[in-house]
Amino acid sequence: MGEILVLAESKEGSLEKPTLELIHAAKGIASDLGVGSATLLLGNSITELSNEIAGYGLDKVYKLENSLFKDFIGDVWVAAIEQVCKNLNPDAVLISHSDIGREIAPRLAYRLNSIATTDCISLSVNQDDKTIIKNKPIYGGNAIAVLKSLKQPEIITLRKNCFPLAEASSEKSEIVELPVEISQDVVKVEILERKQVDTVELDKAEVIISGGRGIASDEDFKMLEQLADLIKKAGANAMVGCSRPIVDMGWMSSDHQVGLTGTMVAPGIYLAIGISGAIQHLVGMVRSKKIIAINTDPGCNMLKVADYGLVDDYTEIIPHLIKKMEELS
Amino acid sequence: MSDLKIIVCVKQIPDPEAPFSSVTVDTEKRKVEVDAPDVINPFDENALEAALRIKETMGCHITVVSLGASLSDTVLRKAIAAGANELVLIEDPVFEELDSNSTAYALSKAIEQLGDFDLILTGRQAGDWDAGQVGSVLAEILNIPCITMACGIKVEDGHVIVDKTIPGAIEVVKAKMPALVTVSNEVGELRYVSRSKLLAMLRKRIPMKKWKADQLNLAPDLLSQVGLLELLTPPDMRRDCVLIEGSSPEEKAAELAKIIKSLI
Repeated sequence: MGEILVLAESKEGSLEKPTLELIHAAKGIASDLGVGSATLLLGNSITELSNEIAGYGLDKVYKLENSLFKDFIGDVWVAAIEQVCKNLNPDAVLISHSDIGREIAPRLAYRLNSIATTDCISLSVNQDDKTIIKNKPIYGGNAIAVLKSLKQPEIITLRKNCFPLAEASSEKSEIVELPVEISQDVVKVEILERKQVDTVELDKAEVIISGGRGIASDEDFKMLEQLADLIKKAGANAMVGCSRPIVDMGWMSSDHQVGLTGTMVAPGIYLAIGISGAIQHLVGMVRSKKIIAINTDPGCNMLKVADYGLVDDYTEIIPHLIKKMEELS
Repeated sequence: MSDLKIIVCVKQIPDPEAPFSSVTVDTEKRKVEVDAPDVINPFDENALEAALRIKETMGCHITVVSLGASLSDTVLRKAIAAGANELVLIEDPVFEELDSNSTAYALSKAIEQLGDFDLILTGRQAGDWDAGQVGSVLAEILNIPCITMACGIKVEDGHVIVDKTIPGAIEVVKAKMPALVTVSNEVGELRYVSRSKLLAMLRKRIPMKKWKADQLNLAPDLLSQVGLLELLTPPDMRRDCVLIEGSSPEEKAAELAKIIKSLI
C-alpha cells in the first residue's frame, strides 16, 4: 500500500502555515487514492514539533532527527529525503513551493527516477488509473496546464494560499522515528555566512503602495514611503512594494517585490503606481480587495484589473495626494 | 585573460512581459499562442549578465547554449552582441514540450561535447512554464555542486562564491568548480544592447555551432514530454474600473484621497 508524504517546514520551532495547506491537500488525495498519509519532519530537537503535527490527523509523522538538519542545507535534505523515499516508496511527496521546495524538488525527483511538477494550484485524482492530476499555471498565469505523470514517487510543489489549512483532529498521528544515515560528506556547497537582513513581510500588509517601471527615480520611492507612513498613521498596516524591474535596478530589495517570483499578496488596498501590469505581477496582487492604479497609459493592463484608475503622471498626483491625506487625517 | 570557461544556458520563449491581451489559449490544440516576438528568457539574461561581469573582472570564455524545437538565431545573437564569445544552438522538433528532466539530459549531452568547463549559469526559471527545474537537474546529471537563487557571483581560486537569497537573509556559499549556479533577477538586467549593434550582429559572422538532436547521442527512452492532458483558460481578472476624473491633478488627488480614506 502506498502513501502520500508531506514535507513539513518550520521556522524557529513553529510550523509554517503552508505545511498545514499541504496536510489538507494530502488528506484529500490519500483518501481518493485509498492510501495512507504521513508528514515528514526533519530537524534537530523536534519532539514538540512532531507532537504538534500529530494533531492534524494524518496517519503518521515520520520524525527524522539529526543535528545536521538544524538549518536547511539543500544537499543534506535532498540526500535524507531521497533515502526515506527509497525505503518507503510513497506515491507522491507534497512540498511547499517555498524556497526550500523550489531548491529540493527537482533534484529529489531526478534521484528517484521520477519527475517533479512545481507550483501547482489544485490537485485531484483520476479514479480510472489512480493518477494524481495537477493544475499548474503557465505563461505567468495566462493558461493553466492540467498534467499527469506515470512515474512514482512523484514530487509536487504547491503554491501558497491555494489550499485550505488543515484543521486540528482528535485522532493523533502515530509518531515514527526514522533512522537516517547521513554525514557531512554529502555537502558540496559550504555555507560561509548567513547575513540577516531586515525584510518586510508584504503578505501581512493591509495596504500596499507599489511602484513600477514608470517610477522615474530611486528618489521618488521616498514619496511612496511617505504615503505609506501617512496610511499607517491612519491605522492601517501599510508597506511599500514594487514590481520586478525595480529590484533588477537595485532600487529596492527583493522582499518588496510583488508577483510570481516575489511575494503573492492580497491586501485590502493595492495602490499600483507606474506599473503597467505584466502578468507575472498581476497574478501576485489580483486577489487584493481593492486595486487602485495610477498610470499615464489608459490602455495598460493594470487599469483593466483595477477598481479605481487615475490616468495621469504620478509626479503630479502623489505630492497632492500626500497633502490631501495629511489634511484628512 | 584567464582560461576560465563559463557556459550559460538560455531558453528562447515568447516575451513573458507581453500584455495578457496578446495571449490566446488554444484548448483544442493544447497550445498557448503569444502574439509577441520571442526573447531570451529574462532570468537567463540575468545569468548572462552575471557571466559578463565575471568576464569584466577576470576574463573568461562565455559559451551560450540554447536548446529547443524551434530557435531563432536573430533572438539569440543578442547574447553575442552583449559580450558572449560563442553560441551553440541545438534545434530539433524532438525537443517540443520536453519535460524538465529530459531537457536537462539533452543539455548535459551537449555540454559533454563542448569539453571542459568551470561554471554553468542559468536563470532560476523560464517565463513560459515557470518550472524552475532544468538547472538543478542538470547539476544532478553532471554530478556537480548546485547553488540556486544567486544574487551575486564571484570566482576565486577554483571556487565559486555566491550570495544566495533566502527568506530574511543573504547566504554566502562556496563550492568547488565545476559547479552550476541558477541566477535570480536581483543580479540585475542584462546590459543594454543597442538596436544598431543588434542589427550589425545579424550580418556578422559569429562563432556559432548549430546542432541537431542526433549529434548528441541521446538515448531515446530518456526523452519524454510533459504529461499535458489539457490546457485551461484561467479565470478572468478584469474588474470594472471607475476612472477618477478632475480638471487638475490636485482635484484628482483630492478625490483619490477620499477614496483611500473610505477604504482604510
